Amino acid sequence: MSDRVTIQAKLPVGAIDTRASGWWAMIFVIFTEGALFAYLLFSYFYIAVQPHVYGDWPDGGIPSLSLALPNTIILLLSSVAVYWGERGRRLGSNNRLIAGLAIGLILGIAFLVIQYFEWAERPFSLSSSAYGSLYFTITGFHMMHVIAGVIGLAAMLVWSINGYFDRVRYAPIQIGSLYWHFVDAVWLCVFFTFYITPRLG
Amino acid sequence: MTTIDYERAPSVAEAGPDSELARRLQKMWETAPGLKGVLGSVDHKEIGIRYMVTAFVFLALGGLEAVVMRLQLAGPNEHLLTPEQYDQIFSAHGMTMIFLYAGPILSGFSNYLWPLLLGARDMALPRLNAFSYWVFLCAGIFLYAGIALGYGPNDGWFNYVPYAARQYNGGPNMDIYSLGMILLGISTTAGAINFVVTFLRMRAPGMSVNRVPILIWGTLTVSAANIFAIPSVSLAFFLLWMDRNVGTHFFDVNAGGQPLLWQHLFWMFGHPWVYAIVLPAMGMVSDGLPVFCRRPLVGYAAVALATIATMVLGFGVWVHHMFATGLPNIALSFFSAASIIIAVPSSVAVFAWIATIWGGRPIFTTAFLFFASFIVLFVIGGVSGFMTGSVPVDWQLTDTYFVVAHIHYVLIGINVFPVVGATYFWFPKFTGRLMDERLGRWNFWIMFIGFNIAFLPMHLTGLRGMPRRIYTYDADMGWNTLNMITSVGSLLFAIGVLLFFWNVFVSRKHGRIAGDNPWDAPTLEWATTSPPPPYNFVVIPTVGSRHPLWEGRLNETRSDTYVEAGLVLDKGRENVGTTPLDAQPDAILKMPGDSLAPFILSLCLTAIFVGLLLNLWVLVGLALVASAAAVLGWLWPESKLGETRAGVHV
Repeated sequence: MSDRVTIQAKLPVGAIDTRASGWWAMIFVIFTEGALFAYLLFSYFYIAVQPHVYGDWPDGGIPSLSLALPNTIILLLSSVAVYWGERGRRLGSNNRLIAGLAIGLILGIAFLVIQYFEWAERPFSLSSSAYGSLYFTITGFHMMHVIAGVIGLAAMLVWSINGYFDRVRYAPIQIGSLYWHFVDAVWLCVFFTFYITPRLG
Repeated sequence: MTTIDYERAPSVAEAGPDSELARRLQKMWETAPGLKGVLGSVDHKEIGIRYMVTAFVFLALGGLEAVVMRLQLAGPNEHLLTPEQYDQIFSAHGMTMIFLYAGPILSGFSNYLWPLLLGARDMALPRLNAFSYWVFLCAGIFLYAGIALGYGPNDGWFNYVPYAARQYNGGPNMDIYSLGMILLGISTTAGAINFVVTFLRMRAPGMSVNRVPILIWGTLTVSAANIFAIPSVSLAFFLLWMDRNVGTHFFDVNAGGQPLLWQHLFWMFGHPWVYAIVLPAMGMVSDGLPVFCRRPLVGYAAVALATIATMVLGFGVWVHHMFATGLPNIALSFFSAASIIIAVPSSVAVFAWIATIWGGRPIFTTAFLFFASFIVLFVIGGVSGFMTGSVPVDWQLTDTYFVVAHIHYVLIGINVFPVVGATYFWFPKFTGRLMDERLGRWNFWIMFIGFNIAFLPMHLTGLRGMPRRIYTYDADMGWNTLNMITSVGSLLFAIGVLLFFWNVFVSRKHGRIAGDNPWDAPTLEWATTSPPPPYNFVVIPTVGSRHPLWEGRLNETRSDTYVEAGLVLDKGRENVGTTPLDAQPDAILKMPGDSLAPFILSLCLTAIFVGLLLNLWVLVGLALVASAAAVLGWLWPESKLGETRAGVHV
């Protein structure tokens, strides 16, 4: 028998860091979800560059930043909090993980609440024009992702409080927070598209 | 429940299928008996067989639709079908063959074969694997329930707006099609993610990327592509459903929308999908054909790279489906050039196959006949595709039967023929028995002759100007004889396919006993018993070359593949995780056992889509909550999978 077959080194058993199958799966979930948002934004720009003979573009003028900008900052801060908590877990503090997830969760919920008011303020509706359809569909898709993320953060918080993890073994947290960072990053693309690009023209 | 060791060096031993180790593995890995096993199995072989059987059922249904169409078109002014019925049948035929047969059949083969080819005990994500099958089945039933109730798709498989808009197409037909396709997209995406992760993590130690069989390259390439392409069509169908049901205006030009957006989103997916349903089939030929030529494939690296190049270029050609829509010339030129350049990687593969036959000593088995004839059909379909890649030719031929002939040479030639050949080739591995060769010859020649009688003259029908999708035609158009020939040929082809099903049915119980490696083939799936045990390999093999079972005969490498001796992973369901490029062991992965979660989640998801179809928002809400609960139950960390710290029992 050749020495090729022998393995002297000890190998970790089970789901651990970037060797967990779930971590890889999440990477590709993010790729496919990222592609979904790319196609959504493609649809926006495709219709945006057509001649607008049926009303204003954007409908009701350039959307105001008064709620959207603070809300963007809130979502980014929530990502920072989750990262801070995850890093705490790696350094050995379960309490820091709990605190980070709790703050991230609260900020995520705050984003949803503010987004509700942002929607209520819009002078158009889903069915009033192509612009309205695009606005509510794309931000709606993002909302659905934030809701999924918030449920995920809540589950991760429960798991952390139950003390499931230690400094080496916390793959579910690593995988879940990866998703949350994606939800935040993709919002920047949505925000840039709806709130910033009309100001560039 | 016992806790698991969190770190260990796996032991190495020599063990065969009769060893005590094999008996213990059998207990750990076999699917539970009864209903729980049926609904909860995560065995990739079980799932693969289900995929194949389901896809073949859809092939039979789509074939039946084709036969009815050919009866209607056999002569001028026939009235077997009303125009409305004809619309539904040609749309259902396209939907069935392209989405419910051609993709899933390849998923079935790959599901069954991948872990065996890679020297693994299962796919990387076994529960996701079960989930992708259940969702596929639910989507298929969802779509066919519409057809059964008389509400099949009626706007062609690519479903252009504004024909598909509410004001021109009032029934629920398009809603069922849209929602069913989104559901099917979830299945395809889940499967694609699983294949990519399996490729990156589950290859046996030593199986570096230059040692994997070409089928692996084929399925890997299309899975990576599907991850990026599927969202496009799912989105297109969702936007259409919204336009039809909640009053949005994406495709409504009167409110600032744009109908061409549909075509872009559909074909940005649609053309990569064409490659998705042929590249794994080409991979099966690249692996199967050399076995019957008694030599390795010529140009392994070139064929692997050509596979990837075809797919990459395949993302840049979607506009050739839209040459006649009035886009600017500069766009047409670019997409025409890209479409024509695709001939280069395709030719690389063709020449590699020809050279393999040329330089080998062919054995004319039924499988070989199917594989070799595929090359001929691929060239014919490729050349007609090359022709329509040219803008002026396309303007002349688009929406005629020439395009119908082209798509059938491509899809039957590059999908059905390799699939039937692959069934003859791998059937002994699936069942332990060989298919009947005498019946096989009849099967092959009837299919091959029938197919060419049906579709070769169809090019001429198209050149003579017969438009596709018309339900009948007048006697003085000059199409009568050609259509009659096509109808006769298609009936002959259908008889050939029935002979194939008959052969499978009979050989399953009465075929000759095959043994482990009846074809003396070189790859790892032939190293285990036929059919393989639930755990695939008693010990995890170590791979030293591209042709592990031919090493003694080929001088290309030192012989250092080990199949009888290898890693013993017997502390529960386990597999070794290896690094993505070199396949060096870096973890012992705990594999989940039978689980009902995938089945339950599939039912919840289907309930969401039923709710959306009927506009029953309460059902949608409840099903969403149930889905979230099912996902949480599925993903809840488990100590026996090594997802929690030591000392925690979940």
